[in-house]
Amino acid sequence: MTTGEPLIVLDSVNKWFGPLHVLDDVSLSVGRGEVVVVIGPSGSGKSTLCRAINRLEPINSGTITFDGQTLPAEGKALAKLRSEVGMVFQSFNLFAHKTILENVTLGPIKVRGEKPAAARERGLALLDRVGIANQADKFPAQLSGGQQQRAAIARALAMRPKAMLFDEPTSALDPEMVGEVLDVMTSLARDGMTMVVVTHEMGFARHAANRVIFMADGKLVEDAAPAEFFANPRSERAKDFLSKILTH
Amino acid sequence: MHVFADPTNFDAYVSGFLWILKLTGASAVIALVIGVLLAAMRVSPVPVLRGFGAAWVNIFRNTPLTLVVFFCYFGLYVTLGLSLSQELDLNRYWLGVIGLSTYTSAFVCEAVRSGINTVPAGQAEAARAIGLSFAQTLRIVVLPQAARSVIAPFGSILIALCKNATIVGTIGLLESSNIMKDLINSNGDAVIPIFLVFAGTFAALLIPTGYFFGWLANRLAVKR
Ligand SMILES: Nc1ncnc2c1ncn2[C@@H]1O[C@H](COP(=O)(O)OP(=O)(O)O)[C@@H](O)[C@H]1O
Ligand SMILES: [Mg+2]
Repeated sequence: MTTGEPLIVLDSVNKWFGPLHVLDDVSLSVGRGEVVVVIGPSGSGKSTLCRAINRLEPINSGTITFDGQTLPAEGKALAKLRSEVGMVFQSFNLFAHKTILENVTLGPIKVRGEKPAAARERGLALLDRVGIANQADKFPAQLSGGQQQRAAIARALAMRPKAMLFDEPTSALDPEMVGEVLDVMTSLARDGMTMVVVTHEMGFARHAANRVIFMADGKLVEDAAPAEFFANPRSERAKDFLSKILTH
Repeated sequence: MHVFADPTNFDAYVSGFLWILKLTGASAVIALVIGVLLAAMRVSPVPVLRGFGAAWVNIFRNTPLTLVVFFCYFGLYVTLGLSLSQELDLNRYWLGVIGLSTYTSAFVCEAVRSGINTVPAGQAEAARAIGLSFAQTLRIVVLPQAARSVIAPFGSILIALCKNATIVGTIGLLESSNIMKDLINSNGDAVIPIFLVFAGTFAALLIPTGYFFGWLANRLAVKR
């Protein structure tokens, strides 16, 4: 499923928050159509890694390349890059003052200059795809967490992104809603979307991921196929981490 | 009430409050525009703009309004020769508007900025993540949500502005407080009634304003 040059390449990326070394010489490449799951203990730098890829978080050294281009520093070029990388947050972050459909059509209309009618039609189709077409005219606060997260995924998809970043998309959800969001993500993966997914959903990692990355203390500790990682974690940190999450 | 039965006095009273309304109206619009721009500067990623916004706020919020208005008259007009109208009164009026609006814009800026701070950071992040520019993020996503928590402070700022407009009397404009002083000087027997009429007129203008903004703020209270 990986073809041609990789879509996302991180090369010796370092990031500090003051004295805290949050990303410690991280190198990683994600091929087109590849699904990479990132796991690791809390505070290990997973969110920072994810946010660095669309430069919501600037890095201190190293390079990040997206689709053959080094990430632009600021301005129009950066905005364009961000519009090509979908991002799904743990806390959904739907625009609270806009309806679900407006959330989905805002980017296409304001960033891409699409005609409102065309954007609407496609927006409705996307909402249908994630199973919430009947919620189109409601405001985010009127939806359940699972519905909001699916709307957020539709909003990201509306930009026709080349890749999608998910930062713990199911961590803020009630357990009964986790499945509906993972189903949408699984179907995206099956359709060939390039995805970087920070998650502790081991079922998703086993079934949908091509690779699992394990991070600890800002370092990329392991990078392996899911079956291999879960059966034979090489590092003590990973063994310890897995024993903790898998026994619960 | 014999003072106000005299048509000359009554006309003076009306024209005094008309000046107050005109000063308030023009200054409110200008202060709103400048204040929002200043707030945008203060939250922008450009250090020079942030510094400019902060300097403006610190200077004008901490200078007595009387000094600001004096500076507009004696500094801008008398010394630097900035004349905004051939008519003496209109010139004083516009100089007053400059003083009132620069001063008030500092308060508008801070109200808007604290309104922006009530909008969760994730809203702006999501906006940037779909490729909106800084200006679009502010205009389309952040400010409309900040507006709801800014309405109530805006009411207070407008009320203060209306009362502050009397300070333009110090540079010779015949606004309400100057008229009141004149009426008191020539009607020493009716000081209390004159005072009550002027104070009552301000109350009649401002109490409904306060209630209106309170009502608006409740109506627009953010649903989450
Ligand atoms: N804006 C910030 N300022 C300072 N420290 C931060 C900031 N964001 C994250 N951190 C710190 O960086 C480390 C990594 O954070 P994060 O990438 O969120 O980890 P994870 O997502 O793996 O839990 C944590 O110790 C966190 O406290
Ligand atoms: Mg995190």
